Amino acid sequence: MDHAPLLEVEDLAVEFRIGGTVQRAVQGVSLSLHSGKTLGVVGESGCGKSVTSLSIMRLVPQPPGHYAGGAIRFKGRDLLKLSETEMRKLRGGEIGMIFQEPMTSLNPVYTCGAQIEESLSVHSGLSRKAARDRAVEMLDLVGLPSPRSRADDYPHQLSGGQRQRVMIALALANDPALLIADEPTTALDVTIQAQILDLMGELRERTGAAVMLVTHDLGVVAQTCDDVVVMYAGRVVERASTAALFSDPQHPYTVGLMAAVPRIGSAAGRLATIPGTVPPPWAKIGGCRFASRCPLATDHCRAEDPPLAELAPGHTVACWRAPIEAAA
Amino acid sequence: MSAMLEVRGLTKHFPVRRGVLRRQVGTVQAVTDVSFDVNEGETLAIVGESGCGKSTIGRTLLRLLEPTAGTVSLDGTQVMDLPAADMREMRKRMQIIFQDPFGSLNPRMTVAETLAEPLLLHGLATSSDVKGKVDALLETCGLQPWHAGRFPHEFSGGQRQRVGIARALATRPRLIVCDEPVSALDVSVQAQIVNLLKDLQTEFGIGYVFISHDLAVVRHMAARVAVVYLGRIVEEAPVAELFATPRHPYTRSLIAAAPRPDPAARKTSAPVEGDLPSALNPPPGCAFHPRCPLAEARCRTERPVLRPLGKARVACHFAETAPTTEAAAENPPSEALTRRLQVLEAARQKENT
Repeated sequence: MDHAPLLEVEDLAVEFRIGGTVQRAVQGVSLSLHSGKTLGVVGESGCGKSVTSLSIMRLVPQPPGHYAGGAIRFKGRDLLKLSETEMRKLRGGEIGMIFQEPMTSLNPVYTCGAQIEESLSVHSGLSRKAARDRAVEMLDLVGLPSPRSRADDYPHQLSGGQRQRVMIALALANDPALLIADEPTTALDVTIQAQILDLMGELRERTGAAVMLVTHDLGVVAQTCDDVVVMYAGRVVERASTAALFSDPQHPYTVGLMAAVPRIGSAAGRLATIPGTVPPPWAKIGGCRFASRCPLATDHCRAEDPPLAELAPGHTVACWRAPIEAAA
Repeated sequence: MSAMLEVRGLTKHFPVRRGVLRRQVGTVQAVTDVSFDVNEGETLAIVGESGCGKSTIGRTLLRLLEPTAGTVSLDGTQVMDLPAADMREMRKRMQIIFQDPFGSLNPRMTVAETLAEPLLLHGLATSSDVKGKVDALLETCGLQPWHAGRFPHEFSGGQRQRVGIARALATRPRLIVCDEPVSALDVSVQAQIVNLLKDLQTEFGIGYVFISHDLAVVRHMAARVAVVYLGRIVEEAPVAELFATPRHPYTRSLIAAAPRPDPAARKTSAPVEGDLPSALNPPPGCAFHPRCPLAEARCRTERPVLRPLGKARVACHFAETAPTTEAAAENPPSEALTRRLQVLEAARQKENT
C-alpha cells in the first residue's frame, strides 16, 4: 500500500488489575486497516478480540483496565493520548461502533429516531428538523420498512434484526471513516444474518468506510473480509489476506480452528478438534500461549514467545514451527 | 415395526390473557400438529430459527410442558397418559441437555452431588457404590475423577456441558433431547462435544432429538432432519437428501444463508427477506408465503399439508414442480489445510503413544 493506513494499532497491551493481580488481556497486538477495506478479527472467547476493539474506542473501563503500552493511530493521531473530550467527539462521529446485543446497546426509554437524532445534533450540529429528516433517511437506508413511523418506535417494539438495523443506522449516521462491528450478527438467525451482512457490505461500498469486523465465525469472515487477523489468548497469531488465510493457513491454531468448523457441504464423520482449552488470562506463560495444546510444541516454544514473522508477502505468523510441513 | 419414539399430532398453544378478568385475548400457536419418529440409536434434528417452536417441541414431548393435544409414545408406552408416579419412572428413560450448562446446573452443588442425585433418586446406585458410578460417568464424558468435588463455576463452558451430558446419561436413558447443546460453545470445543455425543450414541444406542439452528452442525449429527417454521414441520428428510435436494423454499433459504468458511463461495443470491412472523397472528395459508420467492395466490389462502415425496415429507404446493437446486454446494477445505492437519494429527498421535 502506498498510502498510510486509516487505522494502525501497534504493539497494543491492555491489562486488567483485579485484586492484587495483573492480567494481560491483550499483548503485542498490531494490525492496520485501510479505507474501504474490511478487516476481520477472529478468535474464540477470551482471545482478546473484544478488548482490542473496545480499546480503539477507548471504552475499556479504567480501572480495572489499563493501557499498558503501544499506540492506536487513527488518521495519524494516537487515540491513547487524546483527552476524554476529544475521544467523545470521535465516538459516534468519525468512528462508529455496532455491538453484538442490540437490545442492551440501544437505550430502551428513547425512540429509535431520537437516539439517532441525538447523535446527529451532537456530532454534526444539525437542527432538530434536519436531524429528524436525516434519521429517517438513515433508517430508510438500512432497509427498515416505513422508516418515518418506525422512527417513533421504541427498541422493544422491533425484532432483533430490525434493532440491529437501527444500530447500524446509528453507527453510520455521521458518516464515520471507521466502523467497528463487534459480533454484529452473532445474536441473529442465519437468514437475518445474511441480510445484515449484505447491508453492511452495501453501505461500505457506498460510504467508503473502513470496517473492522470482530467475530468468532470463520464463515462470516470468509464471506465479508478482505484481510484477517487471528487472535489466540491475547496475541495475534496469524495475519493474512482472507484468500491466503483460507487457502494457506499456517499457524497450528488456525489450522485446528478451520478443521473444527463443521461444513454444510459434506458430512465428514468425526470433526477435527483442538484438545484442551484456552489458558486463562492469569496463567503465567513464558513461551507460546498455544504450546499447551500444540502437538508440535518444543522446549523452545514453551520458553520463548514467538514473534510475528513474515512467511510470504502480507502473510505473517507467530509460530516457531511454521511452516508446519517442515516439522513432519 | 414401530419406532422407539413416536410423536403424533403434538400441539402446544399458549393462551394470551389480558385485563383484570384475565380474559383470553389470543393464542400463541407455538407448536401445531407435529409428528415424527426416532429410532433407537438414531438422531433426528429439529431445525429452525428462534421463535419457531423447536424448543417447545422438545419440552412438550418430555412433558416439561403439558401439550394441548397429541400423543408421544416411547417403546410403546403412552407418555402423556401416565400418572405422576409412573411418569417419574419414565423420566429415567428420557432426559434433556440444555444450551446453557451454567443456567441448568445447581451452583451450590458439586459435580458429584449433581450426578449422584439422579442415580440415588432412581435407585440406580446405593450410597456405598455411588462414588464409583459418578467417577465412571465422568470418565465416559471426558472428565477426570478429581472434577467431582468441584462446583459448576470452576469449569469452562465445554466442561460444564460435559457435566450436563453426564447428568443426562446417569439414568441410562433411551432418549435424550439435546436443546442447542453446542450453540454457546467455541468452535474447537463445539467439535469436541459433537464428537462426544456421537460416541455416546454409538456406545449406548441412545436416540437423540437434536434441536439446533446451525445447519452445519446438524449435517454432522443427524440421520434425519425436520425443518420447523412457525410451529409446524415444513420439511422432513434423511440428512443427505435434505442437503442435496432441499424441496421447501424455506429449507433452501436456510441452507443458502449459512455462511461457508470459504472465500471462493461468496454468495451471489439475495437472502430471503423479512422476519419470522408472530405466532400470535400467523399469516393465512402457507405461513412462509410473505417471505417466499415462489409464493402465488394459492399459497396465501390454502395451507399446504405435509405430504410424502420420495423419502421426504414436504409442506409446499410446489414441492414437486419447483426446480431443485444444489443448495449445499461448497468447496472442500484447501489442500494446504488438509496436509497440515495431517501433520498435526500425526504429531498428536505420536505424543499420545
